[in-house]
Amino acid sequence: MAAQSYRDPELAKRIAEKIRVVAPKTDTVKFCHVCGTHEWTITHFGLRSLLPENVEVIAGPGCPVCIVPASEVDEAVQLAQKGVAVTCFGDLLRVPGSNGSLLEAKAEGADVRVVYSISDAVKMADKEREKEFAFFAVGFETTAPSTAVEALKNPPKNFSFLVSHRLIPPAMELLLGVGDLQIDGFIAPGHVSAIIGLKPYELFPRVYRMPTVVAGFEPIDVLMALYMLLKQLRERVARLENEYERIVKPEGNLKAIEMMDKAFAVTAGNWRGIGRLPDSALQLREALVRFDAREKFGVKVTQGKDILLGCECHLVIIGKIKPDKCPMFMKACTPENPVGACMVSSEGTCRVWSKTFNHPAGLG
Amino acid sequence: MCLAIPALVKSVNGDKAEVDFGESVLREVNVALVDVKVGDYVLVHAGYAIQKLDKQDALETLSLWNEILAAGKE
Repeated sequence: MAAQSYRDPELAKRIAEKIRVVAPKTDTVKFCHVCGTHEWTITHFGLRSLLPENVEVIAGPGCPVCIVPASEVDEAVQLAQKGVAVTCFGDLLRVPGSNGSLLEAKAEGADVRVVYSISDAVKMADKEREKEFAFFAVGFETTAPSTAVEALKNPPKNFSFLVSHRLIPPAMELLLGVGDLQIDGFIAPGHVSAIIGLKPYELFPRVYRMPTVVAGFEPIDVLMALYMLLKQLRERVARLENEYERIVKPEGNLKAIEMMDKAFAVTAGNWRGIGRLPDSALQLREALVRFDAREKFGVKVTQGKDILLGCECHLVIIGKIKPDKCPMFMKACTPENPVGACMVSSEGTCRVWSKTFNHPAGLG
Repeated sequence: MCLAIPALVKSVNGDKAEVDFGESVLREVNVALVDVKVGDYVLVHAGYAIQKLDKQDALETLSLWNEILAAGKE
């Protein structure tokens, strides 16, 4: 698929030169992305080093595991303690709840199993009919359709869902209301957009005059998106543009949108380090409530302890500080002994930064 | 976690398809979210194809970029 061309150092250099031409000469501009994979690309390929000093890229709340609130980890732990086999993606195991993680529950004997895909979890439940299974369904719009597929397929009776899906556009809108957080443009997440299409971002240029570019995940994609944003700033316009046309159709994936709509209702949800956001979470619709693990097993935790004393995850998550400004970063908080959720998940900003800590990255 | 990887569809059986991620090993993925046939490229996230990938589109994007860069007289 010509992936190598999307990493071509020569092409990257040409775009970087163009970026220097269109970038403002002195004013600092800050662009915000909201995707852990974008942060990975930017950090891994050392893209920040190709930008003029006054052009910054900050990471918003784009790690779906990091923003799962402690209260919902607590619910998963409670399910496991009740004898339900809790299945989840590997990244979730060590995410701290108010009183420990799923990994700690597992160490104490609870049945917690890592799966690569929700379909693996359904298969397990199908095989072990005498046991109750719950899938801890986290993730943004990229992941929620797979949960919808299984929920609508009449899963085995011993299978249920602990739904913790969240929606990206409400989080982007929240960022625009955060005082003293400068954002001059958005890099919108390509794979969320593959599902939802372009429409949900229209309000950013229209209502907030915020340049917005949907971008893919190769280094050239991200550089190109930055160039497109800088051009908009220079032309003093705010448009919604799609850099990732090879995947993102304007209408998104209509089949996926329809299935999500059939399975889920949109509701308010808590985000770790951010708080409660209206219309930002999904819950199973009334017709599927028999598969809702919270209802089935009577676990409902409304308040949790999201941030431990001294941890700055709440500021890292909204892009207000960079990981190396947290006093704990790579000292008390490391990938081996993470304190905050941003260091736990492979897509957490702190975890991504830990990989190049003292090891400069580059584009080959 | 929103990582998604392109794969080539080798066989389709209802909602299930066997795909090749370029490692010459066939893996089963769910294709309930897309309409695909053998020979299509799909983007796979956590075991589910979330979108079709047009190989021609991918190549055209690259040439488009080159054009934009060549044309952008700043």
